[in-house]
Amino acid sequence: MGLSSKSARLAWVLIALVLVLGLLVPLAGCGTDEPAEEVDEETEEPTTEEPVETSRLIVASTTSTEDSGLFEVLVPAFEEAYPEYKIEVVAVGTGAALELGRAGDADVLLVHAKAQEEELVAEGYGTERRDVMYNDFIIVGPADDPAGLADAGTAAEALAIIPDSGSEFVSRGDESGTHTKELSLWESAGIEPAGDWYVSTGQGMGDSLTLASERQAYILADRATFLALKDNLELEIIVEGDPAMFNQYGVIPVTDAANLDGGQAFADWIVSQDAQDIIAEFGVDEFGEPLFIPNAS
Amino acid sequence: METILNAIAEAFVLLGSGASDVWEIILRSLQVSGAAVFMATALGVPLGYLLGISRFAGRWILIILVNTGMGLPPVVAGLTVYVTLSRSGPLGELQLLFSQPAMVIAQVLIATPLVLGVTAAAVASIPYGLRLQARALGASKAHEAWLLLKEGRRGVMAAVVAGFGGIISEVGAVMMVGGNIEGTTRVMTTAIVLETRKGNFSTAMALGFILIFIALIVNIALTSLQHAGARYER
Repeated sequence: MGLSSKSARLAWVLIALVLVLGLLVPLAGCGTDEPAEEVDEETEEPTTEEPVETSRLIVASTTSTEDSGLFEVLVPAFEEAYPEYKIEVVAVGTGAALELGRAGDADVLLVHAKAQEEELVAEGYGTERRDVMYNDFIIVGPADDPAGLADAGTAAEALAIIPDSGSEFVSRGDESGTHTKELSLWESAGIEPAGDWYVSTGQGMGDSLTLASERQAYILADRATFLALKDNLELEIIVEGDPAMFNQYGVIPVTDAANLDGGQAFADWIVSQDAQDIIAEFGVDEFGEPLFIPNAS
Repeated sequence: METILNAIAEAFVLLGSGASDVWEIILRSLQVSGAAVFMATALGVPLGYLLGISRFAGRWILIILVNTGMGLPPVVAGLTVYVTLSRSGPLGELQLLFSQPAMVIAQVLIATPLVLGVTAAAVASIPYGLRLQARALGASKAHEAWLLLKEGRRGVMAAVVAGFGGIISEVGAVMMVGGNIEGTTRVMTTAIVLETRKGNFSTAMALGFILIFIALIVNIALTSLQHAGARYER
């Protein structure tokens, strides 16, 4: 047995050490800046790790809300007002977010599918539903508008042009708030959304917009996400302003939440004047207009 | 080509600027996958050894199962762990969903069949004569195991490398059970998905290059270990 065997052994020991550390650190829950997983939500006893005891507050929201960047301003503001909570935002499609509420895996929901939200509360999975803010949907498409949607009257009338126009329409197809609104527009137009011209992605707003841009197709998007991603897309606003394209956001504390107080605190905070002011300001510097319009009553 | 060069340049900028979340994300990926490959090794090598030396009638069924397990789609492993850890699921009380431990569990599920299967193949291909000789010379079962694993160490190392490679690059499981939460469960692969979703392709590619580079470094370390002592063998 020569030198290389010894150094191989040493290397084994070092690697084992590294892996053991890798094992201990995440299991002990001392990840980069999160408090210990075993934190009890209601106690006042100090832990050895953090000066302020924080409890985990899971906010389930939609991918379009996250992609707009709104949480980057809301979360720090909330945590400053309520330092006892540490927000974790899980962004999935509206359908999945509502499911998280039903399963009790989230503490509070911030989504935009009013009918489904009210159903959730009626079923008892949410304690209440309150209006938070709204933005609108727009139909975006290729800059030269080959199908001539801009001349149509309402959004539904515009969509009615597409099937025979030779242009494609991209749908999120994921039971999200956007998808729900899209389906209701097709219904008003009296058209069955199916066929070669109808492309269903099953993905979030950003992904779907990118796909529509690549294929130079039309797509229904919320204004906030479109503005936030506009620079990476080759699409323009074609149809806007139809009252039918109103997009209302609601907040729902989850009945069976792990962190009941936190969920309620977030819901109360986001309809408060402070949060509503933050929402009214968001996006003005970058886009000249707010991305969301606060309307909590 | 220009996009790729831009992406490589952006990779250096991201790393160099010390943008705290990039380093945080890299560290987290290594922690999660490192812990998972360690546990998968602890589980997979002994079990793989036992499978490799076994000689019973239904052995081939087990091997087929293990090989199928190697092809387990990460998103399915994620879904299984998700449903189990959900508060409405059997282990909901642990409140592990959307945490790093949950991600480690899911990745152990993915990596263990890989480590197990490759170890079994490595051990099975060792000449039977060696086992006979060891036993003839009075080796205990444990000593025999140690001898065989040393003899097949290249294959065992390959098993660990396969396990690590499989999980450092996967996104389906960690996305589902981790939730891609900023500051706690975002790892390299889920960050790439996020940037892609937002249309920031050059950032996504830059992160991709960083990920590949990290995997390269880890594999250099593991592979040089695999060949340590090769000088003395012919």
